[in-house]
Amino acid sequence: MSAQADEVVAQEEPAGRERVEGLAALGVYLRGYLARVRGGELGSIPALVGLVVITVVFAVVHSGFLSAYNIEALVIQAAPIIVMAMGLIFVLLLGEIDLSAGTTGGLCAAIMAVLMLRSGLSWWLALVIGLIAGVLIGLGMGWLRARFGIPSFVITLATFLAFQGITLILIGGQGSVNLPDNSPLIQLENGFVPIWLGWTLLAVVVAGYAAVKVNDAVGRRRAGLSRVPFTVIAAKVVVLALLGAAFTYEMGINRNLSTNAFFSNKAQGIPWVVVLLVILYVVWNFVLSRTRYGRHVYAVGGNEEASRRAGIIVSRIRISVFVVCSGMAAVSGMVAASLLQSVQSNAGAGNTLLLAVGAAVIGGTSLFGGHGRVIDAVLGGLVVAVIINGMSDLIQGANSAGYEWVVTGAVLLLAAGFDAVVRRGRAA
Amino acid sequence: MTTSPTLELRGIDKSFGPVHVLSSVDFTANAGEVTALVGDNGAGKTTLVKCIGGIHGVDAGELIFDGSPHVVHTPRDAALLGVEIVHQDLALCDNLDIVGNMFLGREQITRLGTVDENSMEKLAEQTLASLSVRTVRSVRQVVASLSGGQRQTVAIAKSVLWKSKVVILDEPTAALGVAQTEQVLDLVRQLAGQGVAVILVSHNMNDVMQVSDSIGVLFLGRMAAQVRREDVTQRQVVELITAGRSGDLGLSPEESSEVAV
Repeated sequence: MSAQADEVVAQEEPAGRERVEGLAALGVYLRGYLARVRGGELGSIPALVGLVVITVVFAVVHSGFLSAYNIEALVIQAAPIIVMAMGLIFVLLLGEIDLSAGTTGGLCAAIMAVLMLRSGLSWWLALVIGLIAGVLIGLGMGWLRARFGIPSFVITLATFLAFQGITLILIGGQGSVNLPDNSPLIQLENGFVPIWLGWTLLAVVVAGYAAVKVNDAVGRRRAGLSRVPFTVIAAKVVVLALLGAAFTYEMGINRNLSTNAFFSNKAQGIPWVVVLLVILYVVWNFVLSRTRYGRHVYAVGGNEEASRRAGIIVSRIRISVFVVCSGMAAVSGMVAASLLQSVQSNAGAGNTLLLAVGAAVIGGTSLFGGHGRVIDAVLGGLVVAVIINGMSDLIQGANSAGYEWVVTGAVLLLAAGFDAVVRRGRAA
Repeated sequence: MTTSPTLELRGIDKSFGPVHVLSSVDFTANAGEVTALVGDNGAGKTTLVKCIGGIHGVDAGELIFDGSPHVVHTPRDAALLGVEIVHQDLALCDNLDIVGNMFLGREQITRLGTVDENSMEKLAEQTLASLSVRTVRSVRQVVASLSGGQRQTVAIAKSVLWKSKVVILDEPTAALGVAQTEQVLDLVRQLAGQGVAVILVSHNMNDVMQVSDSIGVLFLGRMAAQVRREDVTQRQVVELITAGRSGDLGLSPEESSEVAV
């Protein structure tokens, strides 16, 4: 009865699952990788290619684009976008949206600033309260979504408007609240890691990355499973080390133009916010890719019904992603406050959120749920920052801001369209 | 067989409001056998399956697992008794790989609290190998990239992995082509060969006659007959499905016409 079927089986799978080592393993790995790419799992490729292309274009057009001064500006501009996008990825993974992430960040920063300046709270206490406010906001919105099934688009559109109003009321007629000059918070975006510490941290990061990858590979080999060839791991570690070294070296250049025999205050070293970004990346990447909770976030985003049948408490996962998103939005709001050294009455309004969503989508996170990684926020955030930064140099004059917005919008549309097309490819 | 059947239903009644869906249904499924459950649309197959799976409670009657009666109120109760339903929609997450789907909700954890990918991957491979599955190249493929037959394979393998005693397959071949249907039917036999009581809900007479050991025919909410596969012809089964009786098999003439009215 099954002779015919067996033939089909044999055709489909000619080779067994034998283990291979050395160069052959590298070949198998690369072929598998190419097959996945062709199958529509593009990962970070589009964002990386886009980042390189636009960077080259701007570097050619504008000679100062890759100067240490501008790279620093790029990184500190990108930081609030990246932080917010990291949180948004959790919400997007469930196919939800948080339109209020921008104004949530603004509101939390306003709460912090007002507590610090008007109530005289110490900066760290004000900061913690601001973060708690973000978490509570996420809890409330997630609960509304999970309990009553109100579409997240509507809930967060409402809070987008409401939080903007509360920020306006808190900040009052002055238009902005300036953070005290001596506040350590300002150092986050405007202070620099000592050069020796920068190199040490780089060494720690590279060594940690290598250790994790080698440990994974050794564990898989011990378990008798196919593993990533050590050549590939070595190549990745070397690339990371080279990129990190180039960045650390360039950031070691003094960027303070007024340094001379009389003024020795140098601006050199990696901005502190980079350390924050690395920590947040490591933490959230760990949560998403290595914990049961992360697996369940992907599962609910992929097939809610299947997750429910598997015993996952879907509503809890749904609330949790809003908590992560709003909490990260609060962090982003504080980073933005540190950048501006003040909190404006319109903090987090305007295109703040759209840039962060754009960053996530450009990085490769799907708006339809189920696909996205924390690295998307980093790469996408850099792309967005490069566009904004490059365009502002390129287009001068009265309408420059207008052109900037048009280009950013076009890139976002391109990324979302790409996502939709890839998704159709996956479904087919 | 000397031992009691893995699953035995006695006199199951189920109504939804005024609609009497099942009336005194008896049904048995033995370990190591494929028991087909057939019947026309609306005969009550789905309701019966849902009663076994704990999705619906029963109004009257007994569910007997391994010789002792149990009350099944929720799907969790059923899962604890080792009942696994492979729904027609399969309930797989397209964006997770095969390992992720097979262990969904029951992930293994290392001492550090992280997901233990290595041991899960090994177990998934062993399970597929135990079912002689050769159509799946790597258990790290995402389910989105699998064919319909391969998806069915993953869903069935999941029930093996969790050592289910009763596996209910709801129309497993409905959406498949000829070759893939053969593969899935082979898999159904393999599954029974591992000592599982397989209940195959199907419309397809060829499949039923090919793989089942026993056939239960539902006719308008009544069990027309449960017969050994070798005792009947395909024509007799079709008559049981459409008329509730075939010769001296099935419901009495009065019963079948009475229900039909």
